[in-house]
Amino acid sequence: MQEGKEFQLSRRGLAIVTAAAAAATGGPPAAQAQTGAAASPPASAPAMEKVSLVVNGQRHALELDARTTLLDTLREHLHLTGSKKGCDHGQCGACTVMVDGRRIYSCLTLAVMHEGDEVTTIEGLGKPGDLHPMQAAFVKHDGYQCGYCTPGQICASVAMLAEIKAGVPSHVSADLTAAPQLTADEIRERMSGNICRCGAYSNIVEAITEVAGRQA
Amino acid sequence: MRPFTYERARSPAEAAAAAQRPGARFIAGGTNLLDLMKLQIETPAHLIDVNGLGLDRIEAAPEGGLRIGALVRNTDLAADERVRRDYGVLSRALLAGATGQLRNKATTAGNLLQRTRCPYFYDTNTACNKRQPGSGCSAIGGSTRGLAVIGASEACIATHPSDMAVAMRALDAVVETVRPDGTERAIPVAAFHRLPGDTPHIETALEAGEFITAVTLPPPAGGRQFYRKVRDRASYAFALVSVAAVVQRDGTGRVALGGVAHKPWRVEAAEGELPRGAGPAMAAILEGARPTHENAFKVKLAERALAAVLAEAKG
Repeated sequence: MQEGKEFQLSRRGLAIVTAAAAAATGGPPAAQAQTGAAASPPASAPAMEKVSLVVNGQRHALELDARTTLLDTLREHLHLTGSKKGCDHGQCGACTVMVDGRRIYSCLTLAVMHEGDEVTTIEGLGKPGDLHPMQAAFVKHDGYQCGYCTPGQICASVAMLAEIKAGVPSHVSADLTAAPQLTADEIRERMSGNICRCGAYSNIVEAITEVAGRQA
Repeated sequence: MRPFTYERARSPAEAAAAAQRPGARFIAGGTNLLDLMKLQIETPAHLIDVNGLGLDRIEAAPEGGLRIGALVRNTDLAADERVRRDYGVLSRALLAGATGQLRNKATTAGNLLQRTRCPYFYDTNTACNKRQPGSGCSAIGGSTRGLAVIGASEACIATHPSDMAVAMRALDAVVETVRPDGTERAIPVAAFHRLPGDTPHIETALEAGEFITAVTLPPPAGGRQFYRKVRDRASYAFALVSVAAVVQRDGTGRVALGGVAHKPWRVEAAEGELPRGAGPAMAAILEGARPTHENAFKVKLAERALAAVLAEAKG
């Protein structure tokens, strides 16, 4: 990262540095040889690519290592840390953002694959004092405990209601050709890509149901 | 992730030509490839981004079917009115797979090309003939509960993870491609995925650099269509067993299975048994199955899933 606005060394950053140092000194010397990486030829210099993204309405021209995921671009380069890195493998949903209005896992896509795309993160949905209705409903219904999955849950639920509105069926829709119903079963199935380790699911469903009812 | 160079292709022919570069891979949705690249199971030296090729339309095919562009996203294919009306098994299969976020990104061609979720393929500390040809198969004699019960080999007992491909097998879909020399061909989905044999790392009939442009569905098969998926969770889990079925009023029909083999499993010759019920039909479909102690339940589960489908078809 050659950004001007480097973060100060935080407690978490310090912990990572410490852990890395411990691994460098304390790890078994043979451990490296067990990974596929060590058996392969040395890595060449990373390829840099230019990409421009419109994030929460603001255009950003970036030059990135081609490997940079959209999630890392948002967090590490644009310092929009609302989107969270949970598993980094598309299994938890904490990184969910909207790209051109559709929810995706930002950890499973490269920033360079999104030239000119419009990205909406939790920061773009609402702000303290001017919350998006879904944010307000999560607060009202206690739709979280630790809050780590919440930005992903909220981005996913806003886009999910748009999918229902557009008539996209789900696994639990009884009739494929009818307009999908707004039931708790539908909401649960459609939100199955967002895991909440604290188990706030029933309150999340209540929050979404309230917003959906207001929109209908 | 290992470093790679990156380009955006401007035409299918250009993409196929670029793919002749050593270590080149196409990237579309990227939901499977990037996951594997992070784990260094896939280590492409060059990525060809095909998202700009515009192959994202579903059109009526001249023979009365549908031509699905390679880049049509799973969400859009499942939600297409014609698919919902005439190819319900396909819509159902797509909706039974992954999550809303993944279906918004994953493409038709990419779904066909997904790699197995065999835990030993994912664990780079174990031997895997698919990941590293010739290294052996840690799954054999290991934890096999989710793995293949039929069509496997001494080299590999992995399953194909796709739901969509199982429905396409039942529907007799055809995969259209263009090769690096510009020639085009059509591969029936039945011949698209391979059994592992002694080359489990070669998973499809695609040649080096060959690029999928579309998948064509024949005219609607009619009947009642079902996709019944049995898994460990109610949502967002791969199939232990799945049944894609098209059942006609007279009890005849077609059945393809997911979760049991290295490819969507269909035995046309066994489908004559369907009017006699799930027991005889599944016995014929899974004839020659060699399950392990841990996954023998899949044979019975497949029969029961088919029985449930046939009961629903009658009801």
